[in-house]
Amino acid sequence: MLRSILSDDLPRSRWLALALVAILVGLAVAPFLFPGAKSLNVAAKICVFIVLAASFDLLLGYTGIVSFAHTMFFGIGAYGVAISLTRMGAGWDAVAVGTVAGLVVAIVLATVIGLFSLRVRTIFFAMITLAVASAFAILASQLSDLTGGEDGLNYRLPAVLRASFSFGDTLFGVRLNGRLLDYYLVYVASLVLLLLLLRIVNSPFGSVLMAIRENPFRAEAIGYRTVVYRTMASCIAAATAALAGALLALWSSQTNPDTTLSFDIMVDILLMVVIGGMGTMYGAVIGAVLLVFAQNYLQDLLAIANKALAGVPLLANLFHPDRWLLWLGVAFILCVYFFPAGIVGRLRQKR
Amino acid sequence: MKRDWLPLLLIPALMIGALPLIGSPASWVTLTVAGLAMGLMIFIMASGLTLTFGLMDVLNFGHGAFIAVGAFVAASVMLALAPWMTADSIWLNLAAIGPAVLAAMVVSGVLGLGFERIIVRPVYGQHLKQILVTTGGLIVAEQLLKVIWGPDQITLSRPTALRGAFLFGDVAIEKYRVLAVVVGLVVFAALALTLNRTRLGLLIRAGVENGEMVEALGYRIRRLFVGVFVVGSALAGLGGAMWGLYQETVTAAIGAQVAVLVFIVIIIGGLGSVGGCFVGALLVGLTANYIGFLAPKVALGSNILLMALVLLWRPQGLYPVAKR
Repeated sequence: MLRSILSDDLPRSRWLALALVAILVGLAVAPFLFPGAKSLNVAAKICVFIVLAASFDLLLGYTGIVSFAHTMFFGIGAYGVAISLTRMGAGWDAVAVGTVAGLVVAIVLATVIGLFSLRVRTIFFAMITLAVASAFAILASQLSDLTGGEDGLNYRLPAVLRASFSFGDTLFGVRLNGRLLDYYLVYVASLVLLLLLLRIVNSPFGSVLMAIRENPFRAEAIGYRTVVYRTMASCIAAATAALAGALLALWSSQTNPDTTLSFDIMVDILLMVVIGGMGTMYGAVIGAVLLVFAQNYLQDLLAIANKALAGVPLLANLFHPDRWLLWLGVAFILCVYFFPAGIVGRLRQKR
Repeated sequence: MKRDWLPLLLIPALMIGALPLIGSPASWVTLTVAGLAMGLMIFIMASGLTLTFGLMDVLNFGHGAFIAVGAFVAASVMLALAPWMTADSIWLNLAAIGPAVLAAMVVSGVLGLGFERIIVRPVYGQHLKQILVTTGGLIVAEQLLKVIWGPDQITLSRPTALRGAFLFGDVAIEKYRVLAVVVGLVVFAALALTLNRTRLGLLIRAGVENGEMVEALGYRIRRLFVGVFVVGSALAGLGGAMWGLYQETVTAAIGAQVAVLVFIVIIIGGLGSVGGCFVGALLVGLTANYIGFLAPKVALGSNILLMALVLLWRPQGLYPVAKR
């Protein structure tokens, strides 16, 4: 049963299994364990980013291609839902239309980029996606009639997902309202998407992707069209990222370039996948949890260090709360050198 | 070897094609000079990157860090020499810009040396790791810039002698752009001469064509590569300093922003080709300015469109070099 749900890709490490169960259960009971708007927000963000990082890992870890346009697809999904909710009013039909539109745009764009750049060499892909993504981010902030420009869009969610909707009194002291429903919608959808990705990478298709990663020349020689497979992987990753974006839009009731399209988000995803462990979906899970936590709580730690070093001129700046990315960047480089398989690879080795 | 002139013809073709669209010859001249200035600045920044790729198959995604460092160092020196910058004498102005640019080049060159040692050297021959590690280097460098210079942008005004424009009838040409064109052409000429007329250049070109053979003949291609990497970083610093002065503001994000243009240029030119990089940079600069005038909303998309068109025509870029 468990084996088939996990597509026969068991954690293969006691500590990893423990961590995964803790994350699964922790996120499931988060609204009751840590009541409050901020912690619920962190939990929902973790769910969305797990899917986003996992879909990026399909490209980076499994297929061995680097895309810098992953946030673009994330943004397309988010803006799809946001725009349709703004234009069509707060109904489920709008959500459906927005999601489907986002999916279609993401897949078409991924196909075009893939066929253009994966034909020649994968290093092209990294550069071209970077260029296209930055152009897209600027485009999104320019077309302010459609996207709300730099400010983004604020819209109303379907009635069932609003804080004002109530379906009962309280349970363990937590109000049973639309936000709770919304959280569980995000949670379940993320879980399903993650399991789906797990299924994909453990299918014969996933094996071909890994073969291409290991030796594209040989894979082509055996008879697999590497361009086609790489483009397909890129499409699947784009579609999943768009769905993650749609989930984020459904959670936060506002969508703007900073939270969906910016290069900072791209850097976050890259850090998640590499620190967590490339080439395994569980790595993306661990990495996403770590990074979202770090974003929200490492700053507090750095603030303490900053206070302690207040007298020393340059050192205090190094530990400024806003410089948390510096430390994660260093961790990222060290990871690529010394633990290329990331945390999960390390855990599995120790078995 | 027969020279391939076709891509070179694209530049005049683009210029002439834009003339009827823009209409007034005066604004056409202004835009063309602006485009050439922008293109040449990008060329200065991109030339080192394309050479390191051609020579050692190393694609440095952290190249933007050198651009940003150059801009910051130059800005600091110029702010320190503020009285000379505001003086009403072109010589004093140049006396302020000279050391600033020199400092920018030296600092980014030294940084390039360190970057090559610490970040790039351990990951030779592994594209995926190269991309990841050099991106990591960019993240860390950008944060360090914020640690040293603070998170706010630095405002920088051009020296007195380089403000304003030359007027010929109703044609206005900004003085600074003329300077940028001159510097860019000097750098291009120096690079072209070194590559085509000296022994060192011969070795570099041979290394781009077939590194193993050069090594087999007894030359240390590694040392050559470190040299090219350092010069490329210094040029990026020079370009960054010029770009900062052009924009009149310097932020830590400048590196990542300009790096996007740099990547587009070296893809268009063909990875590893300096000549292609030159043509690509001019095409990008001109298109950006023409389209920015004709249809400002799609200005940045125009670069992507240009890249797509070039790749449809020549999938490896205008002058394909690297055969790996």
